[in-house]
Amino acid sequence: MIEGLLPDLEVVRKDFPILTRTTPGGGPLVYLDSANTSQKPQVVIDTMVDHLERHNANVARAMHMLGAEATEAFEGARDKVASFLGAPSRDEIVFTKNASEALNLVATTLGLKGDLQVGEGDLVVTTEMEHHSNIVPWQMLCERTGAELAWFTFDEQGYLDLSDMDRLITERTKVVTLTWVSNMLGTVNPIGEIARRAHEVGAVVVVDASQAAPQLPIDLAAMPAEERPDALVFTGHKVVGPTGIGVLWGSRALLEALPPFLGGGEMIETVRMTGSTYAGIPYKFEAGTPPIVEAVGLGAAVDYLSALGMEAVHAHEQAITGYALEGLASVKGLKVLGPLDVTRRGGAVSFEIEGVHPHDVMTVLDTRGVAVRAGHHCARPAHEKYGVQSSTRASSYLYTTPAEIDALVDAVEYTRSYFRLDN
Amino acid sequence: MSSELDALYQEIILDHYKNPHHQGLRDPFEAEVHHVNPTCGDELTLRVHLEDGAVADVSYDAVGCSISQASTSVLADLLIGKSVEEALGVHQTFLELMQSKGTIEPDEEVLEDAIAFAGVSKFPARVKCALLAWMAWKDATAQSLGTLPEPATTTSTQEG
Repeated sequence: MIEGLLPDLEVVRKDFPILTRTTPGGGPLVYLDSANTSQKPQVVIDTMVDHLERHNANVARAMHMLGAEATEAFEGARDKVASFLGAPSRDEIVFTKNASEALNLVATTLGLKGDLQVGEGDLVVTTEMEHHSNIVPWQMLCERTGAELAWFTFDEQGYLDLSDMDRLITERTKVVTLTWVSNMLGTVNPIGEIARRAHEVGAVVVVDASQAAPQLPIDLAAMPAEERPDALVFTGHKVVGPTGIGVLWGSRALLEALPPFLGGGEMIETVRMTGSTYAGIPYKFEAGTPPIVEAVGLGAAVDYLSALGMEAVHAHEQAITGYALEGLASVKGLKVLGPLDVTRRGGAVSFEIEGVHPHDVMTVLDTRGVAVRAGHHCARPAHEKYGVQSSTRASSYLYTTPAEIDALVDAVEYTRSYFRLDN
Repeated sequence: MSSELDALYQEIILDHYKNPHHQGLRDPFEAEVHHVNPTCGDELTLRVHLEDGAVADVSYDAVGCSISQASTSVLADLLIGKSVEEALGVHQTFLELMQSKGTIEPDEEVLEDAIAFAGVSKFPARVKCALLAWMAWKDATAQSLGTLPEPATTTSTQEG
């Protein structure tokens, strides 16, 4: 028995109907692509169906019985998400369509006229291990404003090189944006330490928690104020929720200082042909009919995670990841790209096998029912660093069993023999 | 399950992967294109040299999976020396085979070694790997013939 696994793992797995799927050959499906998207428990599926079957109406605008129910469900989801993050206030939770939109919201509005406007000569700082969605919006901001993009690099083990801190975080630095947990390397970054330094120079700190929210307990209100980011984003579908819904948490001070992102219904106070005034937060950033049933599903998802307990989910992730690292280390010619210290990393394990391209690894694994991702995982710059174009990534989650890791390692060994690497 | 894999990874494919033919970028050439497959990171720079209505040379620098690498090698073998018209015909036949989802019996007279890719058409995720070089070649050939405005040199199908 591996220490740290969820105590009722077999019971938990029964919550996820898709895990009973089999391959065309009748073998079990081993889903190790949860960093890409997680599977959904029955309660999320049922909550969404129930909402559509019994409570569907538009929110806020519809004043009738169903409208009131739909609004209650939607705003209830905001409360659940606020509690999941330990947000100081529910008004600081903005629903978006995904994490990318949340990052674009911040990056775009920081380029608009306002107290925080980024301009020519300012510095925007990110890292070399970001997902493309935390690189490209900032490149676009810099192109539009004449600001300069700079970045932290990382070392051979996959840890950020913080010796560059003094060069990167200066009086010129207006934004520091980074991922909490890398989707490719798995590295857990010291966001508190970086936020503290960034705040000393008055920079806005943005944290991409797309991979952190599924795995780490988050309590924003409990963080020391100097170490608390100003904005944090994640996406619904990686935390056992549906696609089409993302979250931007922003401190009240930040959200109030930023101008609106999209204009339209529900984000206004009064509209006159000569000009409009805007709603308060969070509605100022929620133009148009929002993804209602998706938000309701996300509410059920974060409740599901909270009921399991994020400490327990985290312990499971670490136990399974440790077991996976051990198993993969036994494979000849296999190199893990990222930290090997399980206490400093998350559950996404990217690796390369000398002599077989990741795409071919993926196909062989797939024929054995093992679903992994092959490619650059939307982190091409991080791959370049290792001098590779792509890698194979296995990513576990709260429903992953040690037997599934064994199946992965067996399938990788089989790949080596299929491509006759030892001949 | 290995018979399913064997249908994909024919010996011919693995041979071309380990020992690619006509590799390297050469002069002279009329058009050079760079095509990428962003979902997996395969990248290909390919040059075409046409002379007297024929494909005089196809040279390339490629990184990627076994299917994309072997496909590039087979393409060069097959098309060099053919008239442009014939080569475009082979291109069309290969394209149809790849889009057939395993329903077409490949014509060995036309496709020679490229019939080995018939199995790839049953793996939807891998069809793009097999087609990367063929799309690049067609693009470069169109540019050489002056039927496409330059510089339309980089294409991609999907961003991840």
